[in-house]
Amino acid sequence: MTEPVLSIRNLVVEFPFHDETFRAVDGVSIDIMPGEVVGVVGESGAGKSMTGSAVIGLIERPGHIASGEIRLKGERIDNLPEADRARLRGKRIGMVFQDPLTSLNPLYTVGQQLIETIRTHLPLSEAQARQKAIDLLSEAGIPKAGERIDSYPHQFSGGMRQRVVIALAIAAEPELIIADEPTSALDVSVQAQVIKVLKKLCSNHGAAVMLITHDMGVIAQTADRLVVMHHGTVVETGTVGDIIRRPREPYTIKLIDSIPTIKRGEGEIIAAPAANDEGAYVTVNQLVRDFEIGRGSFTKLLPGKVEVFRAVNEVSFTIPRGKTFGLVGESGSGKSTCAKMIVGLTRPTSGQILVDGHDIWAGGAGHQERRKRVQMIFQDPYASLNPRWRVRDIIAEPMRTLGIARNRTEVEQRVAELLRKVRLDPSVMRKFPHEFSGGQRQRIAIARALSSQPAFIVCDEPTSALDVSVQAQVLDLMSELQAEYGLTYLLISHNLAVVRQMSSAVGVLHNGVLVENGPTDAIFDNPQADYTKMLLDAVPDISKVA
Amino acid sequence: MLAFIARRLLQSVIVMLVVAFIAFLVFRYVGDPLANLLSQDATMADYEQARERLGLNQPFYIQFFNFVINALQGQFGVSYRLQQPVSQLILERLPATIELAVASSIIALVFGVMLGIYTALRQRAFSTGVIMTLSLIGVSLPTFLIGIGLIYVFAVELKWLPSFGRGDVVQIGWWRTGLLTQSGLRSLILPAITLSLFQLTLIMRLVRAEMLEVMRTDYIRFAKARGLSKRAINFGHALKNTMVPVITITGLQLGSVIAFAIITETVFQWPGVGSLFVNSVAAVDVPVMAAYLVFVALVFVIINLVVDILYFIVDPRLRDGARSGR
Repeated sequence: MTEPVLSIRNLVVEFPFHDETFRAVDGVSIDIMPGEVVGVVGESGAGKSMTGSAVIGLIERPGHIASGEIRLKGERIDNLPEADRARLRGKRIGMVFQDPLTSLNPLYTVGQQLIETIRTHLPLSEAQARQKAIDLLSEAGIPKAGERIDSYPHQFSGGMRQRVVIALAIAAEPELIIADEPTSALDVSVQAQVIKVLKKLCSNHGAAVMLITHDMGVIAQTADRLVVMHHGTVVETGTVGDIIRRPREPYTIKLIDSIPTIKRGEGEIIAAPAANDEGAYVTVNQLVRDFEIGRGSFTKLLPGKVEVFRAVNEVSFTIPRGKTFGLVGESGSGKSTCAKMIVGLTRPTSGQILVDGHDIWAGGAGHQERRKRVQMIFQDPYASLNPRWRVRDIIAEPMRTLGIARNRTEVEQRVAELLRKVRLDPSVMRKFPHEFSGGQRQRIAIARALSSQPAFIVCDEPTSALDVSVQAQVLDLMSELQAEYGLTYLLISHNLAVVRQMSSAVGVLHNGVLVENGPTDAIFDNPQADYTKMLLDAVPDISKVA
Repeated sequence: MLAFIARRLLQSVIVMLVVAFIAFLVFRYVGDPLANLLSQDATMADYEQARERLGLNQPFYIQFFNFVINALQGQFGVSYRLQQPVSQLILERLPATIELAVASSIIALVFGVMLGIYTALRQRAFSTGVIMTLSLIGVSLPTFLIGIGLIYVFAVELKWLPSFGRGDVVQIGWWRTGLLTQSGLRSLILPAITLSLFQLTLIMRLVRAEMLEVMRTDYIRFAKARGLSKRAINFGHALKNTMVPVITITGLQLGSVIAFAIITETVFQWPGVGSLFVNSVAAVDVPVMAAYLVFVALVFVIINLVVDILYFIVDPRLRDGARSGR
C-alpha cells in the first residue's frame, strides 16, 4: 500500500472564547492518497473549511490546533515552527479559495502575481517564470494566454479568474491542493468547466485534491471518495457512489434528501398547489430596460451619442394566480433587473407590468395596489434586515407605512401570528437580526413580506445564501404559505433544481432575452433552445451518479 | 485617461468660476470700495469720477467679466492696508507657507505610514497600545497648544531652537527660501512638527484601519497560501491596496495645510499667507481676502486633480472603469 499524501489523525481545532472553548473540528481523521480527489461535504459550520485551514496552517486567531496530528507524506507538519510551515505553503500544499472575485489582488496583473509566486518557489529567471506562467494559464484553459497575462484580474470573468486562481495554486507543483468551495460563487454553466480544469490540472501535475464543498452535485462529478462532516466530526466516509446510493448515517441521508434535483421522480406531485385558474394574475408585456453607459452626471449635460446597454429585452410572460413562475439565467442575464421592475424599484424603459389588471407603473390605483399587493424577498438575509432594528419593528414596518394596523397591541398580535406562520416562536420579536441563523433570518424576511398581506411575492434567489438542508426547509415553508394564502410567486434563481422543484412554469433568460418559456416539465425534459440545453447539461447533479 | 483628465479640468474650471463669483461678490459688495479708496473729505463729484474710472457703474456681469479677466492675469487690485498689489503680496509670502506645508506633510506621511503599518502588523504588542494612546492625544490637542508647548520646551527652556520667524532666507528668483541656511532650517523644525502632528495621527490611524481591513481579505489569505514571503505580502500586496484612501486624505490634508496653516503661522510668527490673511481680516482688507479665497480654491482644485490622477496610476480598475462605466 502506498503512503498517503495527507494523513489527518484525530485533529481538534479549538477557539477559546472568554467563558467557553468552541471546538470547530473535533477529532477528524482523513487520509488522502496520491492523485486522489477526496470530497469533504457538510453544512456551513461543519468544520470542513477549518480542517482545510488547519492543513495549510492558516487558522485565524485565536483558533489553534489543540491535539491530533497532520502528516504530509509521512512527515509531521502540524507542530513545525511557523517559518517552516510557511515554506510548505504553495510549494507542497496549494489552496484554491471560494470567491475568484476577491482572491486575486486587484492592483497587480495576473502575470505579476503568477511570476511572483513561481519565483518564490522555483529557481527560475524572470523570463523563464513568465514562460511557465503563460504555459500554466493556457493549460488552465485561458485563450491567448500570452496576451492575457498582462491583464488585471478585473478584466477577466469570474470563471476565468478561478482558472487563474487554480493556475496560481498549482504553480509550484504542490503534492496536495485544498480547494475550498472552488465553484460555489460561479454560474452553473461555468462551474462544470472550472471543475474540469481543476481535475485535469491536478491529475496532470500529480496533485491530490481535498475538495471542500456543500454542493453534493459538484462532488458527485469530481471526487473519488467522500467524507461527510457534521458539527466538527466525520460522520461517514466512503466512495462517492456508495454514499449517495446507500447512505448509512441519518445525517447523510437527511443531507442527500434535502438536495433538490433537476430530475423529477415518477409519481411525484408537482409542488404548486391546486388553485382555481382564473387567467393571468401577473402579466409582463414586452418589458425593456436600457442602461446608459460611460456617462457621468456632468457629461450628460453635453450633447452626444448615448451608448445604451439593454439589460432586459422585450420580456413577456404571465403568471396565473396561485402559481409559481421560475426565472432562470446566469448572472448578468437580467433576472434581477426584471425583478426590480416588477416590484416597482426600477422604472422600465418600455413595456407594461399588470398585477391583477392594474398597470403598476401607471400611477394612481395601480401604484397603490402594488405597494400592498407586491412584496419581495431578497437573496442575502444578512444584508436585507436592518441590524439596528428589532424583529418586531422589521416585520411591522410595512403594516405601519401602509396603515394596515396602527395601534400597538394590534401590531404585536399580527407580528406574533406572522412569526408563528413562518415557524418561529413569537417571543423572538424582541431580538435583533444578528441573534438568528441564516435560515431563521430568511424566515423573518418572509414574515416581513407577508405582513402587508400581499398576493404576489417576488423572490430573488431566496435560498442561494443558505445551506442545502436549510434551503429545503425554507422552500417547504414557501410552498406551504403558497397553499395557505393562494400566493403567486415569481422565483428567480440560478439554481435549476430549486426552480424545478418549486415552479409550475419556467422562463429562461439569456443576455436579457427570454429564450424559452413554458411549463416546467416540458422545458426540463424537452428543452428547445440551445442555451437551455447547455444550461441543463452543465448542472452538476447527484442523480447523474446514482 | 485623457478624456478623464479633460473632463476633470472642465469641472475644475466651473468650480473656479463659482468661487471667483463669490470672491467678486465679497470684493464688490462688502462695504463700498470707494469709501476705502477715497479720502474722507472727497466730494460727490470725486466719487462719481472714481466710479467712472474704476468701471463700478457698469452692469454687474461686465464687472464680473472684468474681474475674471484680471484674476486670470493675476491682478486682484491693491491692498487697502499695505498699498501694494495683492498678487505680489501673496507671491512674496507663498514660499514660506509652501515650504512649511510640504515639510510638515512629509513628516506626517513618512511617520504616519510607518507607524500605521507597524501598529497594524503588531496588533497586540504593548508598543502598539502606547502609540495608539499617544495618537489620541495628537488628534485631540489643539494646534496652538502643541505649538506653545513646543516653544516652551525647545525654545524657552532648552533654548535649542528659535521660537518665531523664518530665520535667514536666500533669494532664488522670486522664491525666497529658508531651506538653504542653518537658521532657516532650525526655524522650520518646530512649526513643521506642530503642523504635522494632527495629520500624522490621522494618516497613521487611517493606514492602520485600512491595513487591518486589507489583511483580512481573501487575496491576502491566498497570497499566504501561495507561500509568498511576509515582506512581499505586507509591503507589496497589502500596502498598495491601502494607498487609495490614504492618497485622498493626504491630498486633502495637504490642501488644508497650505490654505489653513493660519494658527500655526500665527503662533510662530511665520511670514506666510496664513498670517497675511489674519492681518487682512483684522484690517478689513477686502482685496486680499477676495484673492485669498480664489487662491485657496485653486490649491484645492489642483490637489484634487492630482489625487484623481494618482488613483488612476494606483488602481487599474479605474482605468477601465472610465470606459466601461462600471
